[in-house]
Amino acid sequence: MTDVRPRIRLPRSAAAGDSIVVKTLINHDMESGQRRNSAGEIIPRQIVNRFTCEYAGVMVIDMELHGAISANPYIEFEAVVPASGDFVFTWYDDNGEVYTSTESFTVA
Amino acid sequence: MQHLKAGRTLALATACVAALTGVALADPDLTAELVIDGELHLVTRAPSDDVITPNLPERYSGFLFRDPATRDMQMDDFENPAMLAVEEGEGLWSTVEGTAGQSCQDCHGDAADSMAGVRASMPHVNGDGVLWSMENYVNNCRTTRMGAAEPWGWNSGQMRAMTSYISMQSRGMPVNVAIDGAAAPYWEQGREMYYTRFGQLELSCANCHEDSAGLMIRADHLSQGQISGFPTYRLKDQRVVSIHNRFVGCIRDTRAETFAMGSPEFIALELYVASRGNGLAVEGVSVRP
Repeated sequence: MTDVRPRIRLPRSAAAGDSIVVKTLINHDMESGQRRNSAGEIIPRQIVNRFTCEYAGVMVIDMELHGAISANPYIEFEAVVPASGDFVFTWYDDNGEVYTSTESFTVA
Repeated sequence: MQHLKAGRTLALATACVAALTGVALADPDLTAELVIDGELHLVTRAPSDDVITPNLPERYSGFLFRDPATRDMQMDDFENPAMLAVEEGEGLWSTVEGTAGQSCQDCHGDAADSMAGVRASMPHVNGDGVLWSMENYVNNCRTTRMGAAEPWGWNSGQMRAMTSYISMQSRGMPVNVAIDGAAAPYWEQGREMYYTRFGQLELSCANCHEDSAGLMIRADHLSQGQISGFPTYRLKDQRVVSIHNRFVGCIRDTRAETFAMGSPEFIALELYVASRGNGLAVEGVSVRP
């Protein structure tokens, strides 16, 4: 994939120990491996097969993605923020590429 | 059917369930409000008139025909997947290309100023008296001003990204295309097409989108066919879709040979269909099933 641009949205603020909603979106074709091109050949599968999020070094979510996920996967989850720290988001592509995005978050 | 991906199958399954459970999806939901990020209210209903839409009681955005989950997706700029294309277009706006060594930005400056209102008035008759869509204007800039080697394909990713970005600059402004003067013959041509039955199924645009708006055609909920929300992210296609691409889809579904995207016929039809939405807000980039 060329030009993959992860998008992250975090709340503006939160108190220490709060549970916050984290939203992520990444542009990706999520080619399922089920489709054929105009010559009738199978288009090889190429999807994001794993997504992780760590906060201040602690794993928040580690998920596997499979072939039925639509293009441009949107992932929303909650995370508890005991103190200020960095969110590190990572998407793993079938082709071996890894896309990373880091967002600092400050608790009040 | 080889294009089917999981998203479409799921959407179809959902629609079937809804159809079986009654009239939940029939008719537009006139109580729905289109509010982006809780701040920007967009007009989704506009008065009809005797000149352009004598057969419509009122003009409704396609937004009102969609289910709540789809509407919610459009009402949050983060969740709206079309924003990926808008971002890509923003990057292209300032990308230097061609022998003149210029980007869009070098001439047009900040798109928020220079492109505001452009979507609302497209298609538009150019200086030579020819009706052009936004795509024509973009490619004209590329080939004559920028000296770019190639115009973008009408349905290329770059073109859809650029038109998405430009359309966003008019979000909230009322559609207001000119149908008089030099545009009049094009508008007449478009109206003629709108009421002409095409294909083996002998369906005109009006049969579905005027006579039957609000009803189900098998598992699909017919809207008025407004294009005020275009370019739109179609969930079944999992990407942003241009106006002409949608026209191709509709005409193909009548089992006709379609006109080409960017053909004079489709540009004329675009003008006529756009005028049927005069008064509705440009939605920038919408989300549709």
